[in-house]
Amino acid sequence: MAMTMSEKILARHAGLESVEAGQLVICDLDLVMANDVTGPPSIKEFEKIGRPVFDAEKIALIPDHFQPAKDIKSADLAKIMRDFARKNKIAHYYEQGRVGIEHVILPEFGVVAPGMLIIGADSHTCTYGAVNAFSTGVGTTDLAVGLATGKAWFKVPEAVNVRLTGKKPKNICGKDVILTLIGKIGVDGALYKSLEFTGEGVAELSMTDRLTISNMAIEAGAKAGVFPFDKAAEMYVARRVKKPFQPVAADEDAKYCSTVEINLSELKPVVALPHLPENVKPVDSLGEIKINQVVIGSCTNGRLEDLGIAAGILRGRKVHPDVRCIIIPGSQEIYKEAVHCHWIDIFIDAGCVVSCPTCGPCLGGYMGILSAGERCVSTTNRNFRGRMGHVDSEVYLASPFVAAASAITGKISTPEEVL
Amino acid sequence: MKIEGKVWRYGDNIDTDVIIPARYLNTFDPAELAKHCMVDIDETFAANVKAGDVMVGGKNFGCGSSREHAPVAIKASGIPVVIAASFARIFYRNGINIGLPLLEIGDDVEKISADDVLRIDTSTGTIENLTTGDTFHAHPLPGFVQEIASAGGLINYIKTKK
Repeated sequence: MAMTMSEKILARHAGLESVEAGQLVICDLDLVMANDVTGPPSIKEFEKIGRPVFDAEKIALIPDHFQPAKDIKSADLAKIMRDFARKNKIAHYYEQGRVGIEHVILPEFGVVAPGMLIIGADSHTCTYGAVNAFSTGVGTTDLAVGLATGKAWFKVPEAVNVRLTGKKPKNICGKDVILTLIGKIGVDGALYKSLEFTGEGVAELSMTDRLTISNMAIEAGAKAGVFPFDKAAEMYVARRVKKPFQPVAADEDAKYCSTVEINLSELKPVVALPHLPENVKPVDSLGEIKINQVVIGSCTNGRLEDLGIAAGILRGRKVHPDVRCIIIPGSQEIYKEAVHCHWIDIFIDAGCVVSCPTCGPCLGGYMGILSAGERCVSTTNRNFRGRMGHVDSEVYLASPFVAAASAITGKISTPEEVL
Repeated sequence: MKIEGKVWRYGDNIDTDVIIPARYLNTFDPAELAKHCMVDIDETFAANVKAGDVMVGGKNFGCGSSREHAPVAIKASGIPVVIAASFARIFYRNGINIGLPLLEIGDDVEKISADDVLRIDTSTGTIENLTTGDTFHAHPLPGFVQEIASAGGLINYIKTKK
């Protein structure tokens, strides 16, 4: 029977020849992941089950959300997870100074690989679809059961075929692709479904672009956002993944519930206006929107290529006097590479704050919280009311091109306005 | 479970950041989370909610983060059931997993207003609006997902499967 990429991964992990959309299956998991916000309650639920961890090599616990600890309660959360990781000899636990943002480091370290089935107690776990894995966010209890049994139940999702065509223009990146898609289909446009990317446009996208796109699949309600395994993916994982893996390809006659076409050559720089990621508008249609803060980082856009884009725009320029520009490399490796490239010099000379890797401001944790009435252009993933601080603050989601340009002009701007 | 309660009515796309803002996520104590439930869109909720009241939302209820703190905060507020046109996927799993019944009723949700009194039978999915006289039926849970809900959540269900 013809299957999508999602169906093939779920079938393989359920020990079945084939599955179809709507079917309930119980699957073996290749990786179970949590962070310092979701890990501690998961550990508490796990202890109620009264079994050992299913496989310490297949568990990742990443202290990235409120760490380095922003307050005493957050330090307590980190401690619960650290103690658990030590006691259970968890393979993928990383301490401050070695850790980074979960969805940046797990692909970077080669922990996630093509064909894997992954759950994470973080909604942006869908990021790993970029490397041809089926990975999805779950809550505390699903995670606890995953830790104990190595299994989870799934309803096999219908798939939306996102067909990419055309050439990617200059100054456009994955963020513009995914925001444009969410603008088209809405924040529940793929509810209970998977997004599967197809078409010759896939080859136009760097792995960074794809990681950004898969990362925000959840912002369309999707369970996963899966890319095919092509030359670029093969080169990306060849340098990182040290164990055998089994990529999947969709069958030519796989069944999709709908098809959305995006012609990359028609894309323009866009932003998602407050307070939903579907409120997407071209930057050049906005008029003057003055801003107070820019954040460049996160699991969506905190990778080396994203920092390179920002450095290219900020080189020799200054952050607007009314703006605070906060730059957060997604991992220590990215931070170090940005130092080697002299991008950190560029950021500091321009008047930016450079932080250690953390989720920090994206979810209103710390390292850039907004006051009442303040506006932020951010390369993060959500612009819900109060997401980054005061309930009357505003977040505008954008690419690193737009974020860096806006930091210079003090208003939401296209990169062309400063380059 | 049979429930009769007053409605707290909210709109479409109620996200987990408004159900429980991240600034309160440095704890996972249910009673502490309940104190801040819905605060960013409804400052009156936490102080005035009564045990047995019912929460009703529009489409895509619980979108956003995977934080189970969100359904936990609602449940710890004394809300025994949430009704919506549709639920975001992770929130839906989390509700079932912690034993908070979630009833999906599509466009019928438009026939429920703030302060209406509903009589609900969660085992059959039947909802009577005692204020208007309307009756609705929620979509049933598929297969073993119903067994998880009936066990009172996933941890109880797993324990019975030992």
